[in-house]
Amino acid sequence: MNAVRLGWTRGLIELRQSFTNAADLVSHFLWPVMMLVVLWFLRDRDFGSSGFVLGTLALPSILGMNAAMGMVSMSQQLTADREDGTLLRAKATPHGMRAYLIGKIVSVSGGLLADLAILLIPGMLLIGGLAAGDAGSWLTLLWVLLLGMVATLPIGAILGSVFTSARSQGLIQLPVLGMIGISGIFYPITSLPDWLQWIAQVFPVYWLGLGMRSALLPDGAAAIEIGDSWRHWETVGVLGAWAVAGLIVAPIVLRRMARRESGSSVAARREKALQRVG
Amino acid sequence: METAIDVSGLRMRYGADDVLNGVAFRVGEGEVVALLGPNGAGKTTTVEILEGFRMRSAGRVEVLGADPAQGDERWRARVGVVLQSWRDHGKWRVRELLAHLGAYYAKPWDTGALMAMVGLDAHADKKIKMLSGGQRRRLDVAIGIVGRPEALFLDEPTVGFDPRARQEFHDLVRRLDTTILLTTHDLAEAEKLADRIVILAGGRIIADGTAAELARRIAGEDEVRWTCGGERHAAFTTESTAFVRKLFGEYGEAIGELEVRRASLEDTYLALVREHETEAAR
Repeated sequence: MNAVRLGWTRGLIELRQSFTNAADLVSHFLWPVMMLVVLWFLRDRDFGSSGFVLGTLALPSILGMNAAMGMVSMSQQLTADREDGTLLRAKATPHGMRAYLIGKIVSVSGGLLADLAILLIPGMLLIGGLAAGDAGSWLTLLWVLLLGMVATLPIGAILGSVFTSARSQGLIQLPVLGMIGISGIFYPITSLPDWLQWIAQVFPVYWLGLGMRSALLPDGAAAIEIGDSWRHWETVGVLGAWAVAGLIVAPIVLRRMARRESGSSVAARREKALQRVG
Repeated sequence: METAIDVSGLRMRYGADDVLNGVAFRVGEGEVVALLGPNGAGKTTTVEILEGFRMRSAGRVEVLGADPAQGDERWRARVGVVLQSWRDHGKWRVRELLAHLGAYYAKPWDTGALMAMVGLDAHADKKIKMLSGGQRRRLDVAIGIVGRPEALFLDEPTVGFDPRARQEFHDLVRRLDTTILLTTHDLAEAEKLADRIVILAGGRIIADGTAAELARRIAGEDEVRWTCGGERHAAFTTESTAFVRKLFGEYGEAIGELEVRRASLEDTYLALVREHETEAAR
């Protein structure tokens, strides 16, 4: 179908643009480089008497966390595109909305994969004790990543439709940071109180981290996890539930948002943004 | 002439306020019509309804034979839209964006020819956010016509332009060969670009016709000045020719420095809007 082809082209162009200008390049590299610095400091620190160093546990966890952050960039880009009129342009073009969304999925997931590689490749050279030698590891990594993206990108699209300004986007950051804090990314979740563990297990960040650990760590590391297991079925269950919910709600919210876009709504938001600056 | 845009009984209500109250006008195929009115008259609301971006409260609206509120993708492909403030696709390059957006249409303009037409060929590889205000607006027009639309909407296309950019933009619009509805609050612009002027004030159409017709219909008062026996005189009259004939009949050779200033379209327009506003206030 035409819109799919156009969306694909659009996504690739935007992806290329995000790797050929200074501001975007900084945002692609800043976060992974910061995480690599954190890993450097964790590389020799033991986690209790488990026989594992924190760096080894944290690298796959951070990978999972970063994968979930595609949600945030999806949301931010939707809001930005609404503010500057890109979305309205799509609305004024035949099949433009569908192509726009496909393009966004292509560029956000493409950017995400690149960001993960920027972290993973140097990370694997830096950190020892991983078990990433066999094909099974990479297969697990692949399905966890794909399922995680299907679970988180529609949520990002929903958040991006609900929050209308770049400023309200800032409000999303706080709960996201909180979610990361309790999801056992930098320190195993089993060291947290029970009730926090339960909250963390509702959200996708924990399961993406767990899935990545199951892919890249030796089997013995499962002893540190809840229930001494990688819990693949539960991972599929929770991420799958988020995916289904997101895929049902996102089109409804997106359609409603698109219907409300008009020249004067773009102009009104612009005016508001200018007032804030002045 | 076939009808491209047909509006009747159009009403738009926000809460208790009627922004549009029974708006009716027609635009023929290939015609250029200016929707003229003071700020806040409801011009943008009207255009947004015609573009299919806004639902109306009541009334009948037809653009290219379809109701914009139900316009499908095929209808969308026949309509071009240039809005007031677009800052989108800042990271894209001019040629890149025009080529990409052209691909959504069946018979798009050739990118090179289109850029030459709007005078952006020298900036083909520039990032869009680096364009000046006038260049940006010409790009918006290029995007508006990239799919060779049968109807083009231009909302306040020259706001914030310097005189030269305005002149260039007018030349560009005159070269377009399609039905155009443009909104403006600048009478001179409406007069220059449009075959017909529709004046919107207080949510109603208060006049509709060519510039000459409008000037004739609402007879403004011409100003007549003369001297007679070393004394200066001035009078305002709607019948300046008859007045001057009478003047000569009475005083003959004694009349000097005769000057007749006809009511301009601008006076007519201001008188109309003022008249309407006092009526609405009553």
